[in-house]
Amino acid sequence: MKEKKKTYTISLYSENNVGLLNRVSAILLKRHINIESFSTSPSEIEHVFRFVIVVEVTESKVKKVVQQIEKQIDVIKAFYHTDEETIFQESALYKVKSSSLFEERHIQNIIKKSQAKIVTVSPEFFVIEITGFRHETENLRSQLEPYGLMQFVRSGRISVTKEKMNITEILNKFNEK
Amino acid sequence: MKTNNKISGAEAVIKCLLHEGVDLIYGYPGGAIMPVYDELYKYQDKLNHILTRHEQGATHAAQGYARTSGKVGVAIATSGPGATNLVTGIADAQIDSTPIVCITGQVSSKLLGSDAFQETDIIGISTPVTKWNYQITRAEEIPEIFAKAFYIAKTGRPGPVLIDITKDAQFNDLIFNYKKCYGIRSYVPKPKLDLSQIKEAAKIINEAKKPFIVYGQGVILGNAEKELRSFIEKTGIPSAWTILGLSAMPTEHPLNVGMVGMHGNYGPNVLTNECDVLIAIGMRFDDRVTGDLNTYAKQAKIIHLEIDPAEINKNVYAHYPILGDCKESLKILTSKVSKNNHDEWLVSFEKKMKIEIDAVIKNDTKPVKKGLTMGEVIVSINKYTKGDAVIVTDVGQHQMVACRYAKFVRSKSNITSGGLGTMGFALPAAIGAKMGAPNREVVAVIGDGGYQMTIQELGTIFQTGVAVKIVVLNNDYLGMVRQWQQLFFDKRYASTEMINPDFVTISKGYNIEAERVNERENLNNAVEKMILSKKPYFLEVCVEKEDNVFPMIPSGSSVSDIRLK
Repeated sequence: MKEKKKTYTISLYSENNVGLLNRVSAILLKRHINIESFSTSPSEIEHVFRFVIVVEVTESKVKKVVQQIEKQIDVIKAFYHTDEETIFQESALYKVKSSSLFEERHIQNIIKKSQAKIVTVSPEFFVIEITGFRHETENLRSQLEPYGLMQFVRSGRISVTKEKMNITEILNKFNEK
Repeated sequence: MKTNNKISGAEAVIKCLLHEGVDLIYGYPGGAIMPVYDELYKYQDKLNHILTRHEQGATHAAQGYARTSGKVGVAIATSGPGATNLVTGIADAQIDSTPIVCITGQVSSKLLGSDAFQETDIIGISTPVTKWNYQITRAEEIPEIFAKAFYIAKTGRPGPVLIDITKDAQFNDLIFNYKKCYGIRSYVPKPKLDLSQIKEAAKIINEAKKPFIVYGQGVILGNAEKELRSFIEKTGIPSAWTILGLSAMPTEHPLNVGMVGMHGNYGPNVLTNECDVLIAIGMRFDDRVTGDLNTYAKQAKIIHLEIDPAEINKNVYAHYPILGDCKESLKILTSKVSKNNHDEWLVSFEKKMKIEIDAVIKNDTKPVKKGLTMGEVIVSINKYTKGDAVIVTDVGQHQMVACRYAKFVRSKSNITSGGLGTMGFALPAAIGAKMGAPNREVVAVIGDGGYQMTIQELGTIFQTGVAVKIVVLNNDYLGMVRQWQQLFFDKRYASTEMINPDFVTISKGYNIEAERVNERENLNNAVEKMILSKKPYFLEVCVEKEDNVFPMIPSGSSVSDIRLK
């Protein structure tokens, strides 16, 4: 039976070195895997960076990819998780003409219902933001589209795992040596 | 302001190399690396630089050097084309796990990204084919990065590292303080042994009726030849080598049953699908070894001794993975298995060998037909080197024939481009191999195609006088491609026939003694004369034009479907 593709979140903890992103994306490129979403930030540990990469592949493939990623010298540890094993969110920004806010009553209801935050308002435009699941940011986008979205942007997925990450232990073990 | 305890980045590069015990490097100068070459001039009594005739030759020579000496090979080149010319050798070293450090010059840091003269993004280009790479833009970084580079190249599963140094970092000064690297927190070179894994594997081995060992280059890289031999002799298990595992054990050992893979021996390939336990040691189940994975050793329990966790379950599922350094794991495993013999099982290998001798080997090594065969040339080399030579091969028919028939009594003796299959590898690699093992006989066996890919390195041989013996097996064809065209493309010989120059005359132009053999009766004398020579020597053997290499597992077929003709 053919193995099914699924959404996996790859999390990796690494040194903050130039070029690591290139290495990681080369591993995905070599296997013709498209990056669905990507984000990087500092982690809970000082000087340790965290990448969150979302891919849609079979489990056997994601396993091998994570092995290859972890093999990179600057990667401390890499994991993969299913959506069920993580808590994840994305943020989106919507830039809309200010005139439509006053002319179209309906827009105010949409914003209220979606619990979007108004980030800024100027005479020409206003910007709202929501953070949530993909369907929530998408939903708001489709609702705002008829009123003329001047700009739309969504962040990569950020996620934390339900299970404990033992990165500090790994680093401590190295220091004990 | 220059104070007394400061040195230039360029001098620091040389000092780093000396601190790492390097006394020989291969390279080619150019604009962006000139400050380092200027220091090389000053340090030439301590650090020997071999000028190759092309940067690709420098990487292959560094590889050859690394593989016979067990040390890290070093290649150096300028930016731009100098750097890109290194890439083939780097990729070859990556896939064959060869420890080399490549140093490239780069345009000044303030010019980076400006498309300056001879600027190229060698970090970006080399990333997928290096174990690690780094661009130095400040002189102060040099000692730490070099220490790290050598540590990474030689530890764990070895591989190539590239350091790119901007010209300003070579010119600027630093206070030099070298600290060797002994660990990197994000890098685990040797996974810790798990004794329970070894115990379980030992149990399976002790219960096995038809166990079979396949060993690879990991044994050589891990200096585990003795441990492998003890393990094989205690358990009495028939053992086969992968192309890069060849010479880890003496080829004539009674438990050695030959080579696995596309042009390997009949028995070990067919019986892979009959063994009940397959013990893979320091090998990575390359597709040229396994053929079709869906029909590869499905009946067997697989034990995989491997240092690189990413290799476990990559191609073949390992029921019993043993992660770690095989020098350590083999020792413990040997202590836990019972003394045994598998004579009956061994007989099935002998039976298959008889079939292969009749169908293939006899005609290859003792031909009755008129034309010379590649096989009889290898047999002749065996005779006059007593199996104690380093054989460096290129890629193609001659390589398969050499790896099938060459005899070895010592490890680190078979130097070839296995994973990448780089034509043009052998001539420069042989230069490095000889310099890495100056007391050994080094014979490069090369096809007429691959020879012409790096033939310019005859200049390096001429200039250094390195006593490499070159045997070109000339069939006026790109023989392996022609073989495939014959077998799978209805003999449409598209662009495989070569009109070759007079190789003997070319050698003479480089002042290298040379001879051509066309007749069988002259072969042994010519080979003997070559081996007796203390100087570089070139021997062209004109072999049968349209011979094929068999046995053969057609690409994508099962190891069971190996063809004898």
